[in-house]
Amino acid sequence: MDHLDQQALVTLKDVMEDDFALLINTFFQDSENRLKMLNSLIDSDNQDAIRRAAHSFKGSCSNVGAPLLASLCAVLEKKAVANDLDNIKQNIDVIKAEYEIVKALLLDL
Amino acid sequence: MNDQRQLKILVADDTDTDRLILETIVRKEGHTVISASDGRQAVDLFISESPDMVLLDALMPIMDGFESARLIKLHAGDKFIPILFLTSLTDNESLVKCLDAGGDDFLSKPYSRIVLQAKIKSFNRMREMNATVMVQRDEIAKNNARLLQEQMVAKHVFDNVAHSGCLNSKNIRYFLSSLAVFNGDMLLAAMRPNGNMIVLLGDFTGHGLPAAIGAMPVASTFYGMIPKGFSMTDVLKEINNKLKHILPVGIFCCATMLDINFRKKKLTVWNGGLPAGFLYRLADHSIHPIKSTHLPLGVLSSRAFKDNCEEYDLANGDRLYLWSDGIHEARNIQGDMFGEAKLIDVFAQNTDPEKLFDDIISNVQAFIGDSEKDDDISLFEIRMADPQDVNEYAYETSVKKEGSAIAWDLSFEVKPSSFKVFDPLPILINVIMEIPSLRPYNASLYTILAELYTNALEHGVLGLDSAMKKSPDGFSEYYELRNQRIQMISEGFVKIHISYCTEDINGRLVIRIEDSGPGFDYQKKLGASLSTSGYSGRGIALMERMCESVRYIGKGNIAEVVFVWANDD
Repeated sequence: MDHLDQQALVTLKDVMEDDFALLINTFFQDSENRLKMLNSLIDSDNQDAIRRAAHSFKGSCSNVGAPLLASLCAVLEKKAVANDLDNIKQNIDVIKAEYEIVKALLLDL
Repeated sequence: MNDQRQLKILVADDTDTDRLILETIVRKEGHTVISASDGRQAVDLFISESPDMVLLDALMPIMDGFESARLIKLHAGDKFIPILFLTSLTDNESLVKCLDAGGDDFLSKPYSRIVLQAKIKSFNRMREMNATVMVQRDEIAKNNARLLQEQMVAKHVFDNVAHSGCLNSKNIRYFLSSLAVFNGDMLLAAMRPNGNMIVLLGDFTGHGLPAAIGAMPVASTFYGMIPKGFSMTDVLKEINNKLKHILPVGIFCCATMLDINFRKKKLTVWNGGLPAGFLYRLADHSIHPIKSTHLPLGVLSSRAFKDNCEEYDLANGDRLYLWSDGIHEARNIQGDMFGEAKLIDVFAQNTDPEKLFDDIISNVQAFIGDSEKDDDISLFEIRMADPQDVNEYAYETSVKKEGSAIAWDLSFEVKPSSFKVFDPLPILINVIMEIPSLRPYNASLYTILAELYTNALEHGVLGLDSAMKKSPDGFSEYYELRNQRIQMISEGFVKIHISYCTEDINGRLVIRIEDSGPGFDYQKKLGASLSTSGYSGRGIALMERMCESVRYIGKGNIAEVVFVWANDD
């Protein structure tokens, strides 16, 4: 799976026009808030909060054309739905790492 | 986009990224955007801004999309506000939850401009269609309310006409239910001047206004004629004739008409097209069906119409039941009809005749249960009773009839100075028409009096020869002569003597007219009928047909006719 979906990004640029940069910045802000939220939830038993955060993160990732990041969020969401909260730190770390890659790629555009 | 008006669209999503994309897409489609970042805010904005459409994220903080969709639909009321859920939820359960909460469709992430554009267009079409339907619904509701209001007024008039009369008599019970505001069934009852009660139960083909309209002329004819003393058969003929003229082919009135004599305990029935009524005899608890032997009213021309009736002798406590086909055709939930067998059964099961009426109603209603009613249900019961147990009018008439041999005489003389200016006939007819049982014979009596008076005046007092009228020339000569003589007349008279008496069954009116003329030799004509003896000009043939007897007395200057009529029937 690709880090970025180039086709989707072309379409998005086309829609957003001058606001594309604003969109990318907004995405960074949203993502960093989500990651902070997820970090704070690592040792909690708050399965529902993890599920919601992962779900919303997944949504915005798919919207900005980051399919791999979206699918990593989906994995975490599924674990939360199944109440399988062991090793979620691992999942969150993977998500963080992938986010950094996506961020770098988006800044390069 | 050009043909589409600009919509106000509410976008609610807590993720700024997603909301930014949606806002941009929607705005580029030419619509106005209002944004909310949680469910509570979405509901508040919906109430303050009244947007045309809502794009709602399912998972949001403070209030989620499901709850806000519910509240938004609640506030929208009848107005159709499409709600599209924005979701990357894909499990069936979540999608069903969106629809249950009032969502109309989904838009999944990642958003596609083309799909969103198509959905906004299609939901806007539905929204506009719904708005049109709502306007039309309100219009229909308004029209319906007005129609009902008009019908209520008309029903008031109709009820006054169709259900008045003496239905409140002590020996009558009736039940009329209707499908529409108007009842296709009609029940009329009135007292004849002789104390008999006339009842008419009618069932027009159809229901509602078309059926009720036919009832108006029937009711007005009925209530117009019965109190004047016309017989049941006269009224039947008149109603049939009227309906035949005014109703379209295929619409008619099945009817049963009764004439009940409470003094003599007699029942006369005419049934045209209604289901057989039941005559219940108290003595042996038997029931005798009173079947239809005629076509309904309004079918046959007056020439073909048959008015022969059936007569029954009753005893006090005997009961007659009439019904329209609504009872027979009442259906239960399975669609079976109540039918005559079940009616007979109700009578068989009954132990207290006082309760028969209620038994029939409760059995039919229990049979129908909750199923839809097909037809108007009408039931009428009348009990044979003494006049004082019927109503005040029946009682008063019966007291008068006790000494029913009533007699009076009237003498009237027209003097010479009056002949040319005064016509005594209207006064005499007015006096005679004061007798209710004679009212139906108004026309006959007028003819008789007119013939007699004209003969007395023209042939007797003025001495004109009726033979003159045989040729056209003679006819005008006759009237010329009549005018001359009437101007000059200075002596002579016409005396009119009317003697009235009633016996129990018949009435008898003897009219004797004497003139001052020389008379004529009627003796010579004995052996031959007066009508064939050359005096046809004197209208005798006509009178012989109408009267019991016509004769001349003395020197032929006195004519006497006896008119007999049924005083009580």
